[in-house]
Amino acid sequence: MITKRIIPCLDVRSGRVVKGTNFEGIRDVADPVEMARMYNAAGADELVFYDITASFEGRALFTDILSRVAGEIFIPLTVGGGINTLEDFDRVLKCGADKVSVNSGALKDPGLIPAAAQRYGNQCVVLSADVKRVNGQFRVFAKGGREDTGRDALEWIGWCADHGAGEICLNSIDTDGVRSGFDLEMLDAVAARVNVPIIASGGAGKKEDFLELFRHKGIDAGLAAGIFHQKLLTIRELKEYLNANGVEMRL
Amino acid sequence: MIAILDYGVGNLFSLRSSLGQLGLEAVVTADADIIRAADRLILPGVGAFGDAMDKLTATGLVPVLREEAEKKPLLGICLGMQLLFEKSYEYGEHAGLGFVKGEVCPLEPDLADRSLKVPQIGWNALHLVREDPLFRYIRQGEHVYYVHSYYGKNCAESTLATSDYSIPVTGVVRAGKVYGTQFHPEKSGDTGLRILKAFAEL
Repeated sequence: MITKRIIPCLDVRSGRVVKGTNFEGIRDVADPVEMARMYNAAGADELVFYDITASFEGRALFTDILSRVAGEIFIPLTVGGGINTLEDFDRVLKCGADKVSVNSGALKDPGLIPAAAQRYGNQCVVLSADVKRVNGQFRVFAKGGREDTGRDALEWIGWCADHGAGEICLNSIDTDGVRSGFDLEMLDAVAARVNVPIIASGGAGKKEDFLELFRHKGIDAGLAAGIFHQKLLTIRELKEYLNANGVEMRL
Repeated sequence: MIAILDYGVGNLFSLRSSLGQLGLEAVVTADADIIRAADRLILPGVGAFGDAMDKLTATGLVPVLREEAEKKPLLGICLGMQLLFEKSYEYGEHAGLGFVKGEVCPLEPDLADRSLKVPQIGWNALHLVREDPLFRYIRQGEHVYYVHSYYGKNCAESTLATSDYSIPVTGVVRAGKVYGTQFHPEKSGDTGLRILKAFAEL
């Protein structure tokens, strides 16, 4: 049967992976190509690269890194960050991305989802949504989680899945960085609304969190950054643990 | 030299890189002379069947493909595998190349477990149902990466491997020198590279 997927996420800024911030506020960085190699060898099922650079120079550096990673890592690569137009899709696909993740770009122009799906196929379009509870409602946030769009998250995600998004990456702002487990309530609500694969993001702190996640129906993949980058948990160890507990994994 | 057929469908970056990684010479081409000179062919493809078949026909390469497929190994990947079949029911009914007996049908109505998602996206174990030189470097049960909503059906006599998605989904087919994989070997990690290596040695 199809396996659940474990996906490390690499935030790339100015050509380096941002691994996190320590107590003195100094950013710990690493080489993205080297990290991609390491995760590939450790058994990652896919890789996600987020381009968090704003500058033009940074963008050129990013596409160069992407081509280098794609040229030697033969697992699916998803790219996100700053995807606003079909030209942005084209740019990263030509560098070896297999899927493109859209977030704020789709909120600004929802037509981007059906247009990209028509040109590249649904399988290529990943809707990434940053969601937070506001007055008991799941709301979509834009600009990296800083701006409340006022939109109902279930309506928005449902609309995108109905109009060409082939996968949903759901990031719960409420559990992000807390490391006390995924936002299962939010994930269940989205899983009840859409029938495309769901990638859970935000809240992974230990291997048991993934086991609990995959015991919920309708969740296909778990995405995390910090716990893998800081080696609190290795992908190999996590996958062996899940497999031993009855979750089919690619080992 | 491996000729990858260029008919304007699909992202060929990974395929070229995979073959490069294996030290194999590959050319992306729509030139009939290069296709005739190649010692094996790859037919890639992503998208919808009808559109892809129209584009392939428009290149004028179909007759060349028919001749060459009798002489040298051909590998269809994903939609490229589906094009090898007699017909497809994706958005209507479309004739395929007819190298492989059978048809391409939507997964969704056939699934025994209706809670499973379509498209099937992800890694699934490959059950080898027949021995074949293509499997020289892989073992039973290795995982490969699938992304598809349609699958090859009524093709038991050509099926070399399947994957379980509540029904056996056609994973690898063969008819003579013509092979097809529903999954993406170029995205299936080391397992995929070993399948491509075996193809290059057929």
